[in-house]
Amino acid sequence: MKAIADRRHHRMAPVVLLMLALFVTGAVYAALSPSPAEAAAVSEDDVAAGQALFRANCATCHGTDAEGRGNAPSLVGVGAAAVDFQVSTGRMPMQATGPQAPSKPPVFDAEEVRRLAAYVASLAPGPAVPTDEQVDPALGDPANGMALFRTNCAMCHGAIGKGGALTQGKYAPSLASTSPRNVYQAMLTGPGSMPVFNDANLTPEDKRDVIAFLDQQHQGSPGGTDLGAVGPVVEGLWVWIVGMGALIGAAVWIGAKSA
Amino acid sequence: MSESRASHEVTRHEPAGAVGPSELPERFENPGLPPHRPRLTDEDPAAARRATLQVAALFGLSVLGTIGLIVAYVLVRPGDTVASVRTSTMVLGGALFLVLFGIGAAAIHWAKTLMSDRDVVEERHPQKSPPEVREGAVAVLEEGAEDSGIARRGVLKGAMISALALFPLSLAVPLVGEVGGDWNVGAFRHTMWRKGVRLTKDPSGEPIKASDVTVGSAFHVIPEGLRDSERWIEEKAKAVVLMVRLDPKDLKSEQGEGWSYEGIVAYSKICTHVGCPVALYEQQTHHLLCPCHQSTFDVADGARVVFGPASRPLPQLPITVDDEGYLVAQSDFHEPIGPSFWERLK
Repeated sequence: MKAIADRRHHRMAPVVLLMLALFVTGAVYAALSPSPAEAAAVSEDDVAAGQALFRANCATCHGTDAEGRGNAPSLVGVGAAAVDFQVSTGRMPMQATGPQAPSKPPVFDAEEVRRLAAYVASLAPGPAVPTDEQVDPALGDPANGMALFRTNCAMCHGAIGKGGALTQGKYAPSLASTSPRNVYQAMLTGPGSMPVFNDANLTPEDKRDVIAFLDQQHQGSPGGTDLGAVGPVVEGLWVWIVGMGALIGAAVWIGAKSA
Repeated sequence: MSESRASHEVTRHEPAGAVGPSELPERFENPGLPPHRPRLTDEDPAAARRATLQVAALFGLSVLGTIGLIVAYVLVRPGDTVASVRTSTMVLGGALFLVLFGIGAAAIHWAKTLMSDRDVVEERHPQKSPPEVREGAVAVLEEGAEDSGIARRGVLKGAMISALALFPLSLAVPLVGEVGGDWNVGAFRHTMWRKGVRLTKDPSGEPIKASDVTVGSAFHVIPEGLRDSERWIEEKAKAVVLMVRLDPKDLKSEQGEGWSYEGIVAYSKICTHVGCPVALYEQQTHHLLCPCHQSTFDVADGARVVFGPASRPLPQLPITVDDEGYLVAQSDFHEPIGPSFWERLK
């Protein structure tokens, strides 16, 4: 103990203390933070708790019985999948009106989302939250997923799902960090500007193939940096303006600089 | 500096006191090269030695890069994973950078520090050959012409000029003939769509039941039997269709009476501006956006152009259902799809 006390004025002491504090905080957070909820069976209590949450947080816009009003759509029949997508990605509750509800840190934890979804699903039948097996990228066929993605998704989300602009401030978000469950739900429910891809259009297996294709994109670009992977225009701009500009600048600098 | 020299020139040409702004000398004397300023390496042998070592070190860097590249080529092979390809590419690229940067930087550093930097004037030599050489050449040409008899035998002259003048056609005709590939613009007027052809999913080719197209859905559609067609990829480029279902009460207009089916409308996916595939469909606004030049079409209002450079709506495909409930075309498009071309409406 005396050895430690002797070194308390050491130059590195604050750094060691800081590291210790960070480690303890992380360990405590890991132990206490809520774990992701499993797809548990829905009980009457869940529906009642979900209704209470809904009345307190959603009813201002969507109406006390989720019947919709003004710009807020009716939620009768949207199903648990729509609620899980909108709330678990933080899009709902909306923070401010705008062209599009942006993704942000979620307000509710997984358990609360499950209860809200249970309540909305109890109003009328609708698409359910997919099972883990339905969204497992390892079970999908990325080659078929690429063909489907190219036809149905790439025009808005870009060739490898990095997102793109739409009209009047709306945009197709990047799918780089979207969870497989949310990708599935988005196809199923068509949030915001996105059209619906129901199970007759893209079968559940097709959806899983799309997820497998997107999962492959997480491995990154084989050529190093991908410049955002937005497309050939950006890459061309970089090469012609930044790259060649730097070369010309270097040539001028070499010529102008005396020895 | 140059100003003082100029005034010096002036005073040399004109008597003192007579210098004014309007009285410039007729001809400035060539000021010559600026004096050479010795560099540190010109005067200090230690500095020169240092620069020599630096240049040698830069060349050495390049040598190390070459060795590193060969080692990396042997040891860091691209494997089956994307990450291994990336690692291999980046290691090879980094080594190649050292190889070329070392040589380039060494050359420049060498030239700037050690090679002579004295300005040298090299006078241009006259481009004209001496007169006796010129006369000799003319004499040889005249002798040749006399020997060939081109002046006496007029028929040879005519034949030779004809052959040389016509020869470029042997290259030009096949080249020009291949330009544009297909000159038959009539091919753009019609697509594979006919009465009773089923609408099928792209790319699987499965037929679509009207009941499967729920409100808000977007289907990318190709005609049934596309893959059996002889030039299917060209037929696909003309026949692709985007089909969406709107709430029937949102449907403001369509291009022909009864061309939609219970709120399901189908429009050509080829932009009427320059032919990009228009497929960015916004479900809530019913707008269809072209990614190339931001032409925007209102699907709920007969694909009217609401923004952008397109000059007319996307052609609508008249659809209905057959006995089994599958969506089928009523006919081909009623106008040519895609961008304008000459004789489009003939």
